[in-house]
Amino acid sequence: MRKPFFLSVIGLILLTLSGFVTPPQGYQVGDKAMLFKLKNVDGKMVALGDASATKGYIVVFTCNTCPVAQAYENRMMALNHQYAAKGYPVIAINANDGTLSPGDSFDEMKKRSASKGYAFPYLLDETQEVAKTYGARSTPTVYVVKRTGSDFIVSYIGAIDNNRDNPSEAGEKYVQKAVDALLAGKPVETPTVKAIGCGIRWKQA
Amino acid sequence: MKSIHTWLLLSLLVIGQASIAQRMPVIKYPALERLLTRPTDTVLVVNFWATWCAPCVAELPYFEQLSAAHATDKVKVILVNLDGIGQLVKKVQPFIARTGIKSPEMLLLDEPDYNSWIGKVSPDWSGALPFTLIIDPSRKQRKTFEKGLTLAELETELRPFIQ
Repeated sequence: MRKPFFLSVIGLILLTLSGFVTPPQGYQVGDKAMLFKLKNVDGKMVALGDASATKGYIVVFTCNTCPVAQAYENRMMALNHQYAAKGYPVIAINANDGTLSPGDSFDEMKKRSASKGYAFPYLLDETQEVAKTYGARSTPTVYVVKRTGSDFIVSYIGAIDNNRDNPSEAGEKYVQKAVDALLAGKPVETPTVKAIGCGIRWKQA
Repeated sequence: MKSIHTWLLLSLLVIGQASIAQRMPVIKYPALERLLTRPTDTVLVVNFWATWCAPCVAELPYFEQLSAAHATDKVKVILVNLDGIGQLVKKVQPFIARTGIKSPEMLLLDEPDYNSWIGKVSPDWSGALPFTLIIDPSRKQRKTFEKGLTLAELETELRPFIQ
């Protein structure tokens, strides 16, 4: 009875070490979001839940260098402009490894935030643990989290809208619809939307 | 069939063949799905890429080398471009001409509603590029890679499929 269990444990360890186990999926809608604490471009630490007046957050895994993230940058800023006052500010997180992607280094993040005038935190996920825990695999990816008691519940995961190149032609503004629904106390109709983006630049072992 | 119709059909085919050399076929999702699921005697190595994806561009030569190395094996390397049809002439074709990629089959997937088909290609795929699948001839066994691959990794991963 013990031997099969022991062998399965060894097997699982070997599989994990060999990298054949598929990576964890990260959050699904309904999960409690990790209360991360990361360094902002102004050098100060920012935590989810710091701003006590918020109803939730629009967490955006983004970066400087990905052309898709760049295409959505103005829209990300517009989301903050539209929803921060309503209780859903944006928090942007860069998880790209700065060595593999020098354009996404902390210094470059500071420059980008300053030159574009980000009115929201732009945090560095140095160890990439936040991105892995959330399950973010590419940029840009949005997680809308809703404050529920002392928790933040993941309520939307995915793309900002359905037209990367032509914002005015985007018939489906997924994040806006999700946040509007949450503000109105209604269910989010389209809670997850996959999109093509740049894979996050994971640190090499 | 009247001989004039036969000649018309043949001429169209000849013209079609000549323009394929300069063109990249544009396909919709159903055609891609048939490609990924219809059994043949050939292993497929399918890579999704875009000109704007730096790690994708960096690994394209490896797919070309893989394709050349297995020219006599029953292996087909397919590069599926996701720049979008609006970029075919102004960006993708010049890119191909500049880099001189030849041997793999190259297709442009014209499906801007990403959410409608990403999950169908693979439940393991988030939509992040680069993304590669290796599929066996029966189309029942497959392995997916949501990351860049080196030539050595491609060779290692392909080996069990061609044995």
